[in-house]
Amino acid sequence: MSKYLLNKFLYTVDRDPELVERYRADPRGTVAWWEADRANLILNCPAGERSTWLTFTDAEREALAAHDYVKLFELGAHNFLTLTLFIAMFERDYDEPLGFQREYARKLSHFSLPYPDIST
Amino acid sequence: MATVAAVIASTHHPFYYRASTSTGTDRPPFADEWVAKIEAFRQTLTRARADVLVMVGSDHFHQLWLDNMPQFLVGKAPFYDANFYNEEREFGLPRMFVRGDEELSGYLLRQGMDAGFDLAFSNELRIDHSITCPLITLRPETDLPIVPIYTNIFAPPLPQPGRFVELGRTIRQLVESWPSDKRVAIIGTGHLSLELGGPRQFGPHGPDPEFDRKAVGWIASGDLESALAEVSLESLWLPGNATHGFMDFMLMMGVAGENVKADYVDSLDLFHTMEAYFTWYPEASA
Repeated sequence: MSKYLLNKFLYTVDRDPELVERYRADPRGTVAWWEADRANLILNCPAGERSTWLTFTDAEREALAAHDYVKLFELGAHNFLTLTLFIAMFERDYDEPLGFQREYARKLSHFSLPYPDIST
Repeated sequence: MATVAAVIASTHHPFYYRASTSTGTDRPPFADEWVAKIEAFRQTLTRARADVLVMVGSDHFHQLWLDNMPQFLVGKAPFYDANFYNEEREFGLPRMFVRGDEELSGYLLRQGMDAGFDLAFSNELRIDHSITCPLITLRPETDLPIVPIYTNIFAPPLPQPGRFVELGRTIRQLVESWPSDKRVAIIGTGHLSLELGGPRQFGPHGPDPEFDRKAVGWIASGDLESALAEVSLESLWLPGNATHGFMDFMLMMGVAGENVKADYVDSLDLFHTMEAYFTWYPEASA
């Protein structure tokens, strides 16, 4: 389990307008590039002082590559990070205000309390 | 010594700015009632004639990140830029710029640490909508210097609810002991029941109206005993997965004081969350 790394992906993509579009258009390629190039960068350290140990599990990598926000919820990715990034990518495809957000809720409707643990 | 001119607790709804400034067919049906309530609420701060605003909020994974996450942080800077690209993108929030009161920041940090809170600090803090929303609603001129205080209601492990209350009490005592003739308003924003990124999000009302009803009662009457008896880190998951933001309301109850009734109480049932607005005037009850 590397919930921290899932969150780091969502966080670093969400804050970069170009990466948001890149992840929307090419999720699998973006996830592969990000894991190889970015996953181990410590955000407040120079690139030479990167970490050496962070990788996704297969399930995490696949959930991100498939834009599978239901699976991300199940894996314990932070609910706010997933929601924010997926709104940025997909709200535009819906005509009704909050149409995407309501579909998102419906797709999660089989979850009951307690929800998957988001602690890192 | 400084005067606590007002204590204000509020929800912070990032949709308010867009709803209140939109026109024609873009204007949502609930906008006029919302604006009227906010303008009335704004008067409660205007009336207090504050010189400085202490503002309690929570960074929503903007500048603060999981590789170095403070539980309680005080901004200490002469200026604060505000709002982030994803808030502009999702909520249409404008970029903002606010002056800071470094002297009061420094006082709260030094005295806060000496009072038992090992507060983190930031000398370059970009503040987000948890602080800019109440500026937009309560002081859109943004002409008063601020001291931002961030709490972690977002990234577990979180401090216990009682610790938020205790910090609120401490902030109140420290402001009252600040050697200054300034009038300070202490403003904090949080949430009632709220679900984000879960199955109960964006429903026709907040995810737990019963919790909201009780919570508004606790806040309005200063009933810290009931709030602390019923609220725990575990229980807050039940009303909605973003309801830990209620702990910032509990912090503000600590500022306002046990069993001190709010002088102004209002609420508004929006489509997916309940808005709630409270003001206390400590001078009147002193």
